[in-house]
Formats: sequence, C-alpha cells, structure tokens
Amino acid sequence: MKPPRFRYDDPATVEEALDLLARHADGAKVLAGGQSLMPMLNFRLARPSHVVDINRIAALATMTSADGGLRLGSLVRQRALERSPLIRERSPLIAGAMPLVGHPQIRTRGTLGGNLAHADPASELPAVMIALGAELTVRSARGSRRLAAEAFFIAALTTALAPDELLTEIALPPWPARTGAHLLEVAKRHGDFALGGVAVTLTLDSLGRVAGARIVGFGVGPRPLRAIDAERSLVGGAPAPAAFAEAGRLAAASVDPPDDIHASGAYRKRLLGVLTARALTSARSSIGECAA
Amino acid sequence: MSDTRAITLTVNGEPRQAMVDVRTTLVDVLRDQLRLTGTHVGCEHGVCGACTVLVDGEPVRGCLMLAVQADGRGVETVESLAPDPAHLNPLQAEFVRHHGVQCGFCTAGILMSLTAALRDNPRPTEGEIRETLAGHLCRCTGYQGMVDAVLALAGR
Repeated sequence: MKPPRFRYDDPATVEEALDLLARHADGAKVLAGGQSLMPMLNFRLARPSHVVDINRIAALATMTSADGGLRLGSLVRQRALERSPLIRERSPLIAGAMPLVGHPQIRTRGTLGGNLAHADPASELPAVMIALGAELTVRSARGSRRLAAEAFFIAALTTALAPDELLTEIALPPWPARTGAHLLEVAKRHGDFALGGVAVTLTLDSLGRVAGARIVGFGVGPRPLRAIDAERSLVGGAPAPAAFAEAGRLAAASVDPPDDIHASGAYRKRLLGVLTARALTSARSSIGECAA
Repeated sequence: MSDTRAITLTVNGEPRQAMVDVRTTLVDVLRDQLRLTGTHVGCEHGVCGACTVLVDGEPVRGCLMLAVQADGRGVETVESLAPDPAHLNPLQAEFVRHHGVQCGFCTAGILMSLTAALRDNPRPTEGEIRETLAGHLCRCTGYQGMVDAVLALAGR
C-alpha cells in the first residue's frame, strides 16, 4: 500500500518543530529516520494528519562528550553510532549492540531517538539505555523535562512522550570504574527482531566483589524489564559462575513473556535466564577493557 | 489537501527535477516519475530489501524514505552500474557467472547494497558478505551463488 494523505513540514529548528507539534498535537507524528513510521504509513496503520519531519534539524544530530559522559542528539543515525570511535571508547555496550539493530541498510537512516521513541519491546537500544542509566531530555513548546530511561518506556510502543513533545537528547553518565557490560540476544536471522535478549552492566568494588549490576531483558515483556531481584542477588558477592547462574534463574523467574508465532513464552523465559548468565560472564571478563 | 513539492536531486550522476506528492516514497518517484524501473518494490516495510538504493553513497530502503527527503541528495540506482547497455560491470558479471540471479526481483537491491559494502571494504570475508545479504530476501537462489560471486570479485 501507499501512505495516506498528510500535511508535511520539515522545520530547520527544534523551536519550529515544537511549535508545529503544539499546533497539531494529537494529529501529528514526528518523522525521524522513518524505519518504523514509514512502514506504518505504507500500511496505513498510522494515519497522522500531519507529519513533522525533523531530518533537517542539524542541532539534533550531534554527538559530544560532556563531563566524562556523552550527549547524543536524538537524530544521530544508528550507523553513525556504530562507526563512532567516541562511542567505542566511551560506551562499549552501545558499540556492541549496534550491529544487532536491524540491518546496515536500516541503520543508515534509523536514528537513536526514533528507535527509543518507537519503543518496540524487542528493540535493543531501550534496554541499553536503561542498563546505562541514560537520562532523556524531552521538549515541548511548554518547556523541557528530563527523565530516566527507565521512566520513559511504559508499554509496547508506548512512552512517556506527550503528543506535543519531542525527544531531543540522550545523556549518558561517565562509564564507571571497574565496570563491564555485554548484550546478548537470539534472533532467527541476523538483524531480525530478537526473540529475546538482555543487556547487563557489572561493577566491581576495589576488592573485586560485585558493587552493582543492571540486568535489563528485552523481547520478554511489553517493555524492557529490569530484573531487580537478580541484580540484588549479585551485590556483595564474588563475580563467579554460580552467582551468575543464580542471577539468570532469578531473571527468568521475574518475567512472564507471551507466546507468539515465533516462540513460546516458556522458551523466552528460559532464554532470558541462559543469556543473563552468559552476558554477566562476558561483562566480567570485559572489565578493564574500557576507559574509566 | 495533500502537499506537492518541487525537488531537485542527482540521480546516477545527472541532475533531475520532479514535482512530488509529499507522501510519495523515493522508490515510487524513481520508478513512476523518473522511469527508472530497475529498482523494484517488494514488501513496502523495509524487510525484503528489493528497493534498496544508495543515497549519498549509503544503502537505504527506497520504500522507507519520502521522495521529498531526497531533495538535494545524490541517488544511485542499479541503472548506474553497467558501463553501457551491452556490458555488465564486474559485480554484475560475477553474479551471472556464479548463478547469483534467478528471477531477478531482488537483484537490483542486492547489487546496490553490495556496491556500497564493497566501496567500504573491497575484500570482504564470507561472513561480512552474508551480513550485507542478511538485509535482503531472495526466494530463488539460496544466496550461495551471490556469496560465491562476491568472493570471486574480491579475489578470495
């Protein structure tokens, strides 16, 4: 099929975009990379009266380092993240996840902010942002607010964004000392939506015990889910195989994924447990590889 | 109430102009208005890869980009590959030699993705070739002939 009729604007500044969103609020959709919205338009699953194309807003496409962390504009292309030496150095979890986000032909256009705002439950980057403790800036003509990635994802394809709000920036804190991270997923074909996966971070204290961990499953529920019990079970203990296996068991116990044509819920549950233990093992061995 | 806009873009090295409905995708303008029908339209949701063209040198799904967004950009399609109507370029020739083509529906998009990948890395491994091909669906060949074609071109 072909997209339905809509009014189209391609503002050059954030302020103009926010003004358009304020005026057209409920009937407007933001067009970023288009790798999710365009299929929905082609199939007429989305029928916005107004499309606000943000691709000309150069100010949203910047990547900068700030206070040891990173500030990423929402319009940064996934391919740019994949190729960025800054990302490889400062955020190995993002660098490791990028080759799994769609196909190269999708990442050329697809953006970081578009991926997050679409909030597909099987998407890698929402889980990565929660694992990294990212802070998201959303703006509207009414003002600006910042929220933790964890508070941004509400349900399948549903975020905390109001209809007149635009996700403008993703801020990542500095990579903590003695911290490793890893992302694993299982997909039927490289680049396809994951049947399930997990993003983990693991931080050790100066004595080599676990100081903290984040374990975020994706594709196993309506939104990326933190396995809090599993995270807590690791703290204070040795970063050892038995502890990782137990964390995997607790992570699996914390989710109740639905069945669909691709896999059963029971399979996805088991998958999360296995991948969690493996990802923690890889995260443990990657500690020291990234600049603190 | 639908908008139309005049766009100017470079297609296969030549400046082209078109008056496009804002809701029309790049691939539909290439095919229906610029009469470049070598690029095919398959699934229209970015999965099959048949419509892949290069925009400013990077592979994109022609069905997932509006034509208005190509205003001022450089587009390359499969029509740019062969040096003249009687000859194929080396990649196309290896595709024929290694039976990388059957019905041909997917071929244009695959050739464009591989063209971009080979510019980045002229000597890809089999794994790298398969990663590029993973963004495309071919229901005839099983991909092996395409992999063999690129390996031959890369001198591996």
